[in-house]
Amino acid sequence: MDTILEVRHLSKSFGKNEVLRDIDFTVSKGDVTSIIGASGSGKSTLLRCINLLETPSSGDVLFHGESVVSGKVNPSAYRSKVGMVFQSFNLFANMSVLENCMIGQVKVLKKSRAEARANAMKYLEQVGMAPYINARPRQISGGQKQRVAIARALAMEPEVLLFDEPTSALDPEMVGEVLSVMRELARGGMTMLVVTHEMAFARDVSTQAVFMKDGVIWERGAPEELFKNPQCPETRDFLSRFMEN
Amino acid sequence: MDRFSALIYDIGRLLEVYWKAYLSDLGNTLLLALVATVIGCLIGLVCGILNTIPYTKRDPFIKRFILKLIRVIVRIYVEVFRGTPMVLQAVFIFYGLPYFSNNQYRFDSLWAAAILIVSINTGAYMAESVRGGIISIDPGQTEGAKAIGMNHYQTMTSIILPQALRNIMPQIGNNFIINVKDTSVMFIIGFTEFFARHRYIVGLNNMYFPSATIEMIGYLAVTLTASFLLRWVEQRMDGADSYELAQADQLTMAAGTYSHPSHGTPFDEQSPEYRERLRQSLKNRNGSTRGDR
Repeated sequence: MDTILEVRHLSKSFGKNEVLRDIDFTVSKGDVTSIIGASGSGKSTLLRCINLLETPSSGDVLFHGESVVSGKVNPSAYRSKVGMVFQSFNLFANMSVLENCMIGQVKVLKKSRAEARANAMKYLEQVGMAPYINARPRQISGGQKQRVAIARALAMEPEVLLFDEPTSALDPEMVGEVLSVMRELARGGMTMLVVTHEMAFARDVSTQAVFMKDGVIWERGAPEELFKNPQCPETRDFLSRFMEN
Repeated sequence: MDRFSALIYDIGRLLEVYWKAYLSDLGNTLLLALVATVIGCLIGLVCGILNTIPYTKRDPFIKRFILKLIRVIVRIYVEVFRGTPMVLQAVFIFYGLPYFSNNQYRFDSLWAAAILIVSINTGAYMAESVRGGIISIDPGQTEGAKAIGMNHYQTMTSIILPQALRNIMPQIGNNFIINVKDTSVMFIIGFTEFFARHRYIVGLNNMYFPSATIEMIGYLAVTLTASFLLRWVEQRMDGADSYELAQADQLTMAAGTYSHPSHGTPFDEQSPEYRERLRQSLKNRNGSTRGDR
């Protein structure tokens, strides 16, 4: 299978605080990788390093074998191919739902407005938000916002989609609608990297699961194995605490 | 009560003779305040934008040096013009130019001098307002824009500035109203505006209080109108409170079978089969879905 992303010996420190240490893994086309672990274990920072919202302290991220950290690749051009969905949605407050999904296509991909609109509608329909194209972000619910955010990322037609705890800021009854959209995407063959606390999603949907603690990957493997039969005591500990709750 | 009628009588007498002068000078005040506020806002916008261009340690030395230099220059400009009275700035600039150029250059037009002085002053205040407006926008907005591949320029023009401008609208209004009143200090360079007219007229007839009343009413009329217009503009910028649901299938809406999309999950509403069935059931005998005329 085609390798899309390779993370090599990635480390990140904020001052003296080492958040990520020697992170190593690869993402192939069609993979759904779940990154699990307690809060503060560096999962989100890892995702932010991958799409260069944070600059890694050392190590490398390769996109189709090419280093994106070295400075040879334009970060904006790279980010347009690697979509990101945030915990706090980050929809543009000054635009309608439709414009949110069009602006990137028009400004970055230089598509015509008509083309961008048609494309945006396609993805808004896919996430069930087509009726709300005229609404402003402040007028819709959290779950709806997150679905729009997913449509906005999809409209750029990225090769990989990064999810940074997409359901953590949602009311419990809205988690389902976002997860079902993500399930659909995974079924459609989208390459996804998901930081999540939704263990059922990680276990049932992903093709690869990664357990992180204190900025280090402790265990990585097929989700059935990792959840049923964790090798590390740390993983076992984390999962047992989760299952109790 | 008779003092009031006397006042009204005096105002009437004043206006009878001088209404044209009052009005045209109120016009001068308004025009000067308006032009200077617009130019001042532009200056402030440019300074605020230049001041917030981000740089990191990894950027080349030249870029960092230039950006730092810009910040220092803007800082000095803001501190100097915010920290001194506009009356003095007027004197300083108006008389400073001929002084330093040995009378080679001077302000031939009082208008140009007045607009320049008030604009520069407003710009210093607006530079800080714009900077505040930009840094008050949630960093998530920038991250969202970066994440879809937008560069700094695109992020600023499409995402950050429209929101920042909305947020500093009250500041722009503030500055305009301050300018309407503070342009009165331009008498120091001989510029005739509303307040200068008052000084001139009371010099002729000593009717201080009636003239001051006219001035008060004149200034209030302008500033109240400005406040009102600004509120209206702000509301327009905020957009409507409600939104129209866009229905993919116009037919269901017209047929009254429209159901709110949040009833049920987004995925099971109106399958293609359902829509086709509905379309069939609504066909009239001509096979058209439009209905009889």
